[in-house]
Amino acid sequence: MMSMVLGRVSVPAASAREEGKLYRAVATLCFALFFLLLPVLAARAEMNIQEVKSKKGITAWLVEDHSIPLISVRFVFDGGSAQDPAGKGGLVNLMTGLFDEGAGDLDSDAFQQKLDDAGAEMSFQAARDGTYGSMRMLSEEKNEAFGLLKLAVNQPRFDQAPIDRIRAQVLSGILANERDPNTVAQQRWLRAIYGEHPYSRSDQGTKDSLTTITADDVRAFHKANFARGGLHVAVVGDIDAATLSAKLDEVFGDLPEKQTLAPVADVTPRLGQQLEVNYDLPQTSLQLAWPGVKRSDPDFFATVLMNEILGGSTFTSRLFAEVREKRGLAYGVSSDLVDNEHSHALLVTTATRSDRAAETLSIVRQVVKDMAENGPTEEELAAIKKYMIGAYAINNLDSSSSIAATLVELQVDDLGIDYMKRRASLINAVTLADVKAAAKKLLSADPAVMVIGPPLVQIAGGGKG
Amino acid sequence: MTPTRIGLRAALLTLALAAAVPARAADDGEVKDFLLDNGMEVVVIPDHRAPIVTHMVWYKIGSADEPPGKSGIAHFFEHLMFKATTNHAAGEFDRAVSEIGGSNNAFTSYDYTAFHETVPPSALEQMMGFEADRMRNLILTDDVIKTERDVILEERRSRIDSNPQAVLDEEVDATLWQNQPYRIPVIGWMQEMEQLNRPDATAFYDNYYRPNNAVLVVAGDVDSDAVKAMAERTYGKVARGPDLRPRIRPVEPEQNTKRTVTLTDARVSVPSFSTQWVVPSYHTAKPGEAEALDLLAEILGGGNRSRLYQGLVVKQGIASDAAAYFQGTMLDATNFTVYGAPRGDARLSDVEAAVDAEIARIVKDGVSDDELERAKTRYVRSMIFARDKQDDMANMYGSTLATGGNVKDVEEWPDRIRKVTADEVKAVAARYLALDRSTTGYLLPQQQAGN
Repeated sequence: MMSMVLGRVSVPAASAREEGKLYRAVATLCFALFFLLLPVLAARAEMNIQEVKSKKGITAWLVEDHSIPLISVRFVFDGGSAQDPAGKGGLVNLMTGLFDEGAGDLDSDAFQQKLDDAGAEMSFQAARDGTYGSMRMLSEEKNEAFGLLKLAVNQPRFDQAPIDRIRAQVLSGILANERDPNTVAQQRWLRAIYGEHPYSRSDQGTKDSLTTITADDVRAFHKANFARGGLHVAVVGDIDAATLSAKLDEVFGDLPEKQTLAPVADVTPRLGQQLEVNYDLPQTSLQLAWPGVKRSDPDFFATVLMNEILGGSTFTSRLFAEVREKRGLAYGVSSDLVDNEHSHALLVTTATRSDRAAETLSIVRQVVKDMAENGPTEEELAAIKKYMIGAYAINNLDSSSSIAATLVELQVDDLGIDYMKRRASLINAVTLADVKAAAKKLLSADPAVMVIGPPLVQIAGGGKG
Repeated sequence: MTPTRIGLRAALLTLALAAAVPARAADDGEVKDFLLDNGMEVVVIPDHRAPIVTHMVWYKIGSADEPPGKSGIAHFFEHLMFKATTNHAAGEFDRAVSEIGGSNNAFTSYDYTAFHETVPPSALEQMMGFEADRMRNLILTDDVIKTERDVILEERRSRIDSNPQAVLDEEVDATLWQNQPYRIPVIGWMQEMEQLNRPDATAFYDNYYRPNNAVLVVAGDVDSDAVKAMAERTYGKVARGPDLRPRIRPVEPEQNTKRTVTLTDARVSVPSFSTQWVVPSYHTAKPGEAEALDLLAEILGGGNRSRLYQGLVVKQGIASDAAAYFQGTMLDATNFTVYGAPRGDARLSDVEAAVDAEIARIVKDGVSDDELERAKTRYVRSMIFARDKQDDMANMYGSTLATGGNVKDVEEWPDRIRKVTADEVKAVAARYLALDRSTTGYLLPQQQAGN
């Protein structure tokens, strides 16, 4: 299509979170869903985050900014698609497609008409461990917009006709990807590393599970999930604390107090295995997983820094240099920390011409091995600390919506409202020995490896690297 | 980063910034543009909400300007711009950006190639220095060329060859366009990419990477006088190049046929189609026509309130998706696209017929005043939302200026949208969306071949 624009590296679409309905998005744990990646946070010193407490006890973090006449609201209820009951896979994702399909006295058409009149954009998304909502509105239409959000949150209708329609759309998406090698491979990968754990299931469910979901199932989950106890809210833009306080009560104040969620077990990914998913493709995709780190782990920042040096988002990482810059083996290569509430991993991904896939795999393993054995240099660590500290504002605070999203994640991770001020010193406190220890601990493990493409052609003597 | 519709802005900006905000900037957010002595255009878009600045250089050179047989050179050259120069070793620029927590990248399209960095304002002049340096001082060796050519070949395998939809899109474009260079993929044809070499790259560099072929866009926490002084100290030192020939490319002949392009592939399980027409862009259209096409796309298939979505997805329940799209910010004639995919028991032909029927209905009966007003309101509103993101604003101005427009075109766009009448929307639908002059692409599962 004519919209084609090519970039030097393709940037993961953070905008996935802004899109209308999540059932269009593919939700695997494997690729960069933004909230699964550990946020890189630093300080924008002058940004004043207020804690707003409403009369009915709803707390929100607010950044007032009256320079543009709009307001961004973001919130999450704990518990996402990992809560799908057995046999009802896809329930939470389906529910998130239904909030603009009728609420209160308004049917689907009337609700959407009013939303359009108010000039507000509302969306809901299911993540594995949270059900997210967001709204972007013009401040002069805030009364109307918050009124619609209140209806959607409290009185969604879940009428049969929209349920059937959205379900059919999700189903079309599942069918459309049924023979897509990457989709098939990612499903096998999840099953291989998570076993029977809920993380092994697709957020969208399956053909069989979707057909069993009823309106009552959706209503029951909404009731169990949408409660004040598991709610985190952030608001950015043209609204003051007193006005927001009243709006918080209006939208969330009448929800039940407590959630009733099913417990989800922690799961350690099964590493030390190799999956070959053979297709006759012009390019072979490689995916490798090592152990990751919990957000609350004392080694957290040491691991984040190590990952950035290994294959992070800059053009200066070791993997980028060895795989792409020196050898031209791939267009993209990166390592990411996958951070779900109940499982963690460090994931390396790349794609390369099939006749050199074995060589590429060998180079990736060599780079990782070198990091495990020797760690980074003092210079690399100093440079990446500067990057991590400076990159915060640019990566996380570049629009009202991204500020709101960042503030919600800080609350979910329980990092405290002063976190941004503390973050630079937390990073600076990490020593070279800390990073070396983290590298040795995680990267000495035998990884899980997946190869998608023609069978690997082994090359004599291994890779060049 | 897909270039979407032409930008928006104007009146609302002044209105918004007049109110609250700490009075640290005296510019009222007013966009300034000026020329350096060497011919480089500069646009400054103040946005003082955060201590961040987006710095972009847009070259008026894209894949549609490539010499015959050298497809992919524009995009290849974008990659080569990150190599060593006579003043900086390979990777030095990247490290300088990374060290201050900045981000950088580049992109290539049919009509332009852009390089950008987002950094704290204190680093702006340093970025300008690096960017001005690589405008003229790259060192291109055979080694550098060979390794990076392997990278773009992998990029082609990733983006196109691994994706049946992308393979089809490429061949639909090659069929829709009978003469205009938009028929050639931005990334290039594989067999031509494999042959790109150092003399090709050097010639391309010397022809097009010149200050008088570039637009500097700076958006963020800066003021235009300071930007001007910095630009003069950096870019201003680069000598003006020879005058470039006007960008007059082969244009489309009259099209008289309906063409179809079909790809069946084992990886496809749900069929889909798209139909495209050649239509004028903002740069080639008569006054008001491109605005009417933008509104037509919005009303016909711009979102879930559109006719296609409401008709096919909601009411008839035969499609999983159906939409329309107009790519107006192009230098030459452009495309108008509709697409759809069936759901449930519906057949692809049912969806295609229903899409055709919605178009025929607009051609015959036009659009209602109410839906026209709503579409206009959505566009004008999208302009306020766009102002929340500095790089969206920078892209809006950059892409417009690189495709023959100017700052005024961007600022007056909402007013021109407001002036479009229902009759004008009907007229462009009737004039351009004729099925007997269209190109349709079908993506089919293997067992449905010949369906």
